[in-house]
Amino acid sequence: MSGLTMPPSDKATLARRAEIVADMRLIVPGEGVVDATSEMRAFETDGLTAYRQLPMVVVLPETTRQVARILKYCNERNIKVVPRGSGTSLSGGALPLEDAVLLVMSRFNRILDIDYPNRIVVAQPGVTNLGISIAVEQDGFYYAPDPSSQIACSIGGNVAENSGGVHCLKYGLTANNVLGIEMVLMNGEIVRLGGRHLDAEGYDLLGIMTGSEGLLGVVTEVTVRILKRPDMARALLVGFPSSEEAGQCVADIIAAGIIPGGMEMMDRPAIHAAEAFVHAGYPLDVEALLIVELDGCGAELDHLIGRVEEIARQNGSVTCRISQSEEERLVFWLGRKAAFPAVGRISPDYYCMDGTIPRKELPRVLHGMRELSEKYGLRVANVFHAGDGNLHPLILYDANIPGELDKAEAFGADILKLCVKVGGVLTGEHGVGVEKRDLMGEMFNQTDLDQQMRVKCAFDPGHLLNPGKVFPQLRRCAELGRMHIHRGQMPFPDIPRF
Amino acid sequence: MTTFTPSSSEEVLSVVLGALSEEAPLEIVGHGSKRGIGRLVQAAHTLDLSALSGVTLYEPEELILSAKAGTPLAEIGKLLDDNRQQLAFEPMDYGPLFGDGPGRGTIGGVLAANISGPRRIKAGAARDHILGIHAVSGRGEAFKSGGRVVKNVTGYDLSKAMAGSWGTLAVVTDLTFKVLPAAETETTLAVRDLTDDVAANVMAHAMGSSAEVSGAAHLPVLVSGKVAGGALSGAAATLLRVEGVTPSVAWRIGHLKDLLKAAGEMQEIGAEQSRALWRDIRDCAPFAGGKKPVWRVSMAPSEAHRMVDALRRQAGANAFYDWQGGLIWLEMEADPEASALRAMIRRFGGGHATLIRAAEPERAALDVFEPQPPALAALSARLKAEFDPKGILNPGRMSGTG
Repeated sequence: MSGLTMPPSDKATLARRAEIVADMRLIVPGEGVVDATSEMRAFETDGLTAYRQLPMVVVLPETTRQVARILKYCNERNIKVVPRGSGTSLSGGALPLEDAVLLVMSRFNRILDIDYPNRIVVAQPGVTNLGISIAVEQDGFYYAPDPSSQIACSIGGNVAENSGGVHCLKYGLTANNVLGIEMVLMNGEIVRLGGRHLDAEGYDLLGIMTGSEGLLGVVTEVTVRILKRPDMARALLVGFPSSEEAGQCVADIIAAGIIPGGMEMMDRPAIHAAEAFVHAGYPLDVEALLIVELDGCGAELDHLIGRVEEIARQNGSVTCRISQSEEERLVFWLGRKAAFPAVGRISPDYYCMDGTIPRKELPRVLHGMRELSEKYGLRVANVFHAGDGNLHPLILYDANIPGELDKAEAFGADILKLCVKVGGVLTGEHGVGVEKRDLMGEMFNQTDLDQQMRVKCAFDPGHLLNPGKVFPQLRRCAELGRMHIHRGQMPFPDIPRF
Repeated sequence: MTTFTPSSSEEVLSVVLGALSEEAPLEIVGHGSKRGIGRLVQAAHTLDLSALSGVTLYEPEELILSAKAGTPLAEIGKLLDDNRQQLAFEPMDYGPLFGDGPGRGTIGGVLAANISGPRRIKAGAARDHILGIHAVSGRGEAFKSGGRVVKNVTGYDLSKAMAGSWGTLAVVTDLTFKVLPAAETETTLAVRDLTDDVAANVMAHAMGSSAEVSGAAHLPVLVSGKVAGGALSGAAATLLRVEGVTPSVAWRIGHLKDLLKAAGEMQEIGAEQSRALWRDIRDCAPFAGGKKPVWRVSMAPSEAHRMVDALRRQAGANAFYDWQGGLIWLEMEADPEASALRAMIRRFGGGHATLIRAAEPERAALDVFEPQPPALAALSARLKAEFDPKGILNPGRMSGTG
């Protein structure tokens, strides 16, 4: 593990491991408790494979009641718990701890209700993102957020990470498509937030839970909004001689009042890697390639495609293809969707970053990345959710060369610092996890982070749920709660008053 | 009793620190256009944010707008309108309901009350569009959350925590919202003379189609004459709004007509009248200006009319429906009937009721916001304590929680 400090292991807990495993078996009978090292190997990492750690024990509950009993048991005995969905986190959100119970939610895999009149699906958290869309596709419906791991990632994990996808500029993130959850707090209390209705009756705890990275509660049921599939979708594949021109084209499309269903950009290295892998017919002599997908009724697409084509031409496009069939549209996407494995073919390893920037800063950030690439001696390929400014630089490295992973991580950290410097953020959709934890200070000062940690204290005052993630340094809740009121100071100095 | 009118976030911090040192609670107001909602606040001083005003950043191509909390919503609306953009969640104006006239309200109030409008069913509420905030907590600390980009999952989303918190967690001083292009045009299809249950089916059918309906409301006959200058009087009106580019709107309206042809008599309402109509629905114009108690109820759309039907067997109430039926505006004949209403909502699958308009003694005696089950109420109280441990921000406004 390269330079990552996790919370110190609790020796007292480790000494009682056998007893804890036995107690877990009482709560979850059958095959639901895994403690053999060989079997726990499958859980030692998630989508961020640079980090590995065997948990103390793996528990796979099947009911909310079991989850509640496990958490209550651990809370009373000061035992840490790391929740895990499908284990596809790209930021190490489900990285186990040596002295923690790994709570795996994959057996919560049933769809509980499909309610077309209210356009709602109620699912257990282990159901995959794509599984929800598949359950309703015969009736022409789908669930809009579509992270690229949608085949595997779970809806519970989507809530934890507030997952996005290529369609979120138009259709929103997980937070905008979840109506309710049932969750268990670390003290074992079961709480329901929202439901089939809209908005909360009190504080927006659902808003806080979504994207909280498994630190506040364990989701045991999710209610999501489903949508009718658009009549059709068509895509334009547009090549530009520079990223500046491609970026201006994106800005002009939005300025024209058009919000495409998806708008993706790839830079030259990404285009070449993708084309070599899937032969989608991408132009190879351009610096930037845009995929603009419009969805809706035929009349709308006929109207808008011409306008987008015109905007592209005004911005100096050198190639422009418009999909004439569903097959052709899918071919346009083939290269983009395979960009990560395509890059995986040209490099032994790659490291996927996830910053968001104001789109107008794209040329500056790409330029900065080229300089960093030279400085570190590592190549970088870029795929970019161009509509919302979410950048995914892929840093190419070889883990077998000593020191190269460290170099890739330092390169990645520099890219994210650059994103923040130009007015952007550390992560657009992959989460902070352990990966960007120590960079939080780039975006937030200690007061900002303390207030976030106080929210944690309202949910889990013992810091037992998924500790070591998100926050660079955990401060005890008692310490965070202390007030420093200066009674000596002049009350209300110099403020206009009536 | 002093009213402070800070014009900078530093001054807001100073007022909160002063209140802490005196342990003197503050009532936080913008224009006061929603002061009639919630419990009356018992505070030593008033923190008036109306001088903390001005748009600080507007980048139409980046789809973001930042403003100080006291910036008039009307000013922001005008600026966006000039650039053919909008706050897509269509924030309602509570003024008319309280007989105060339209056009007041601040952007800070929009977030504090998590306001939305008819487009809530398609585009979300204020909570879905807030990108970042600067605020001063009840601990007297200035903090920030979120950012100025439209996609961000860095750290807990404390901006959303402010949505619907009615100023009980922190004093928000600066806000950044996502803005979106305004639709080129709109048309509303009105299906006439439907009963509430048939209307619920028609709206569900329309929302479940690919016509991308951006407003679905049902006005029973007692209400239909009270919108758009009486243009819909005489029969119930079930209204479906379609927005977008002209050829698309025309095609989708045709698609809806085809889909619903068996439902009843239909009429098309053109863009100008459609805008007026949805503004009236948004602002609850049918119940504007009166004194009778008004509830805002959020439920599953399929259950709403059933609940209303059952309630009417116990108490006199006038109702109309937005959000495909899921938002019920309910004007009670006499008493608020809080317990009868809330029991009925629970019986029909749950949701929540907020007493929007009521006389002061009723607001003091009743739960204005939906009471929460014990574990949830305790969690909300702990959250409040983490932001405002001394209870100096809008004490009692949300009663149970804040």
